[in-house]
Amino acid sequence: MGAIWFWIVAAMLATYVVFDGFDIGAGIIYLLVARSDEDRQMILRSIGPVWDGNEVWLLAGGGTLYFAFPLLYASAFSGFYLPLMIVLWLLVLRALGIELRTHIDMRVWRGFFDACFAVASILLAIFYGAALANVIRGVPLGEDGFFFLPLWTDWLVGPNPGILDWYTVIGGVVALVALTVHGSLYVALKTEGGLHERAVRLARGLWPVLVAITMVSLVATAVARPSTLENYMRYPVAFAIPAVVIASLAGLIWFCRGEQLKTAFLCSCAYLVFMMVGAAAGVYPTLLASSTDPARDITIARALSGQYALSVGLIWWTLGTVIAIGYFVFVYRMFAGKVSTTPGHGH
Amino acid sequence: MDALVLHRIQFAFTVSFHYLFPQLTMGLALLIVVLKTLALKKNDEVYHDSARFWARIFGVNFLIGVVTGIPMEFQFGTNWSQFSRVAGGVIGQPLAMEGMFSFFLESAFLGLFLFGEKRLSKWGHWWAAFLVFAGSWLSGFFIIVTDAWMQHPVAYTLSPDGHFELTSFFGLLLNPWALLQYAHNMSGAVVTAAFVMAATGAFYLLEDRFVEYGRVFLRVGVTAGLIFTVLQIFPTGDLQGKYVAKHQPASMAGMEGLFKSEVGAPIVLMGQPNVATQTIDNPIAVNGVLSFLIYGTTRDEVKGLDQFPKENWPTNIPLLYYCYHIMAGLGTWFVLLMTVSAVLLWRGRLFNTTWALWPLMLSFPLPYIANIAGWVTAEIGRQPWLVYGLLRTENGSSKYVSAGNTLFTLLGFMGLYAVLSVLFILLVYREIDKGPKPGPEVESGTLVSAA
Repeated sequence: MGAIWFWIVAAMLATYVVFDGFDIGAGIIYLLVARSDEDRQMILRSIGPVWDGNEVWLLAGGGTLYFAFPLLYASAFSGFYLPLMIVLWLLVLRALGIELRTHIDMRVWRGFFDACFAVASILLAIFYGAALANVIRGVPLGEDGFFFLPLWTDWLVGPNPGILDWYTVIGGVVALVALTVHGSLYVALKTEGGLHERAVRLARGLWPVLVAITMVSLVATAVARPSTLENYMRYPVAFAIPAVVIASLAGLIWFCRGEQLKTAFLCSCAYLVFMMVGAAAGVYPTLLASSTDPARDITIARALSGQYALSVGLIWWTLGTVIAIGYFVFVYRMFAGKVSTTPGHGH
Repeated sequence: MDALVLHRIQFAFTVSFHYLFPQLTMGLALLIVVLKTLALKKNDEVYHDSARFWARIFGVNFLIGVVTGIPMEFQFGTNWSQFSRVAGGVIGQPLAMEGMFSFFLESAFLGLFLFGEKRLSKWGHWWAAFLVFAGSWLSGFFIIVTDAWMQHPVAYTLSPDGHFELTSFFGLLLNPWALLQYAHNMSGAVVTAAFVMAATGAFYLLEDRFVEYGRVFLRVGVTAGLIFTVLQIFPTGDLQGKYVAKHQPASMAGMEGLFKSEVGAPIVLMGQPNVATQTIDNPIAVNGVLSFLIYGTTRDEVKGLDQFPKENWPTNIPLLYYCYHIMAGLGTWFVLLMTVSAVLLWRGRLFNTTWALWPLMLSFPLPYIANIAGWVTAEIGRQPWLVYGLLRTENGSSKYVSAGNTLFTLLGFMGLYAVLSVLFILLVYREIDKGPKPGPEVESGTLVSAA
């Protein structure tokens, strides 16, 4: 039961990263590739009908995590107090940026919300990457399973790390670059003309950077938390995961060059999913590692809710997921294809 | 200041601010479905335009509701981690279900409802509106189930390591407290929407602008207002009051300012509770009424605070007492105002009766106050318990999140929400000023999206 819920939560968070990832990515490249007001409206119309549904995966995934592993939710959320609060504020600003810019026809008004959208998207990507890296690296858990981390200490991966150290910074950069490429491909897929060209060029140009930083992050993970290799050594078949990561990176550039953007975008999705799966496979069955004493690790067994609740949960979760997938298919079909350049039609 | 107080203030502030928006959107969603149904039945463009106008107001409210709602789920973990750790297995269930069953539903159909009218058939668009309504009311239900479990824990056992574990799924969802609270709360949401709609109608008539729309707003607002202000008191408020008296007698004693048990307890209409002397200063009271309201007879004894050990008294009796009395007092005013307005409407005189239009216009903030005061009554009344009778509030907060950190984030929320308030007022003012009349295609389609 614990394993099932571990992979359910991992799958929901991976879904969040893939879906909200492309609209965060669209925000990251927003000021860079969309110069004119028409371009900006095109980007916003391309994510407009879907972005808030994408963000629901964060809320639903967070709620599911809370329900299945209350100790993890309690410990991690209070321990990462300040960065999480900043994430909340960024989510607020980003939503305002997307939704309010067109309400008033004033250059300064639009410019302000453009900046909100772009800056919040960039910072969110970095925060998410750093957050995941913190979970992989481990935190100084107390005996009661709680902790509180300062923003940074000596930037080293030691027994008393900060939220930012050399390893988590790498995590933030990986997320930023990966979501930039992801968002570029999505924008390229949904638009035409100069905007499309610039987005494709950006994805291609960043590809070598993404490959490099991915490799660095894989090595860094083995250095920062050697125990992540144990599962891989025990089940060598798991090395298929990094192999898929590398294959999807290769596919990404191949199809991008061949102007088969849809396939390139799917490769980018696969890259994100398998990076997450690879991390999950590395930490399993630990949910949050202790940087001081492995006996204090928050493991699945230690954090798991009651059996009855989890069994009932499995029923409604399956039902809810089927329905949610139905909504997604419906909405994405409704708004399929490229957004038009003239306002009032496309979306 | 001590960290616990700051955790409490931060949660209270963010949740109260948040609830200014869903109380309107939940109520308005119902009234928009009513407007759209009337529009289709009567085939009347004025009703169609009215529905579109309120959909625009709904959109702005919904956006602020969504962005201020996300911090609520997070704060269970960030600020109330000890509580989350022991109770997450139970209350995580409705919170996760809210995401799965109502947020996905709302997010899928909100965009179609707000901007998809041209893409859909007439009834297709009606369904989009209906599904947004269903999603928002479902969301309200899961939140009420969560709160109701904290008020009146059911369907749980205490595991050997000190966690609450769920024993019955339907026991949790059909907690009688939740059903009563849900009825009372949703009725309160419709009261807010009805007052806002009627007030906007009154404003248009008094200004002599968009008059035909103003009349529609008044007709729908006053009719819904009369129905739901009555339901608010009877049966929903009455039943909930009795349930509180039965299961949280100390809270009820605090709400009524009843320091000593009394046979034929009086109801205090006005007066200030004085905790030091344990009396009500300058009371205006009616004998026997409280006993009657709770037990249906004027002779029964109502338990006063003296029946309970002092450490189990609600921690802020004056605030509890004032909020409860403000809620109840405003509720009475609502019934009065809506009854008079409805009679005038029925006699065909409301639209010309300035002395009724003015109070209708000016009363729109009052349901917001009443709804928030009602929630404060419920949550302050529950003190000193976080989970009634089982977990004290001081044992629920995040012990490693210091007072300084919490004060910093509290101030951050206050600043950010001040900005949200300014933006909200600006945008809603513009919509009301622009009015429901369809002009030349103003920037259509450039309104970007859903939430």
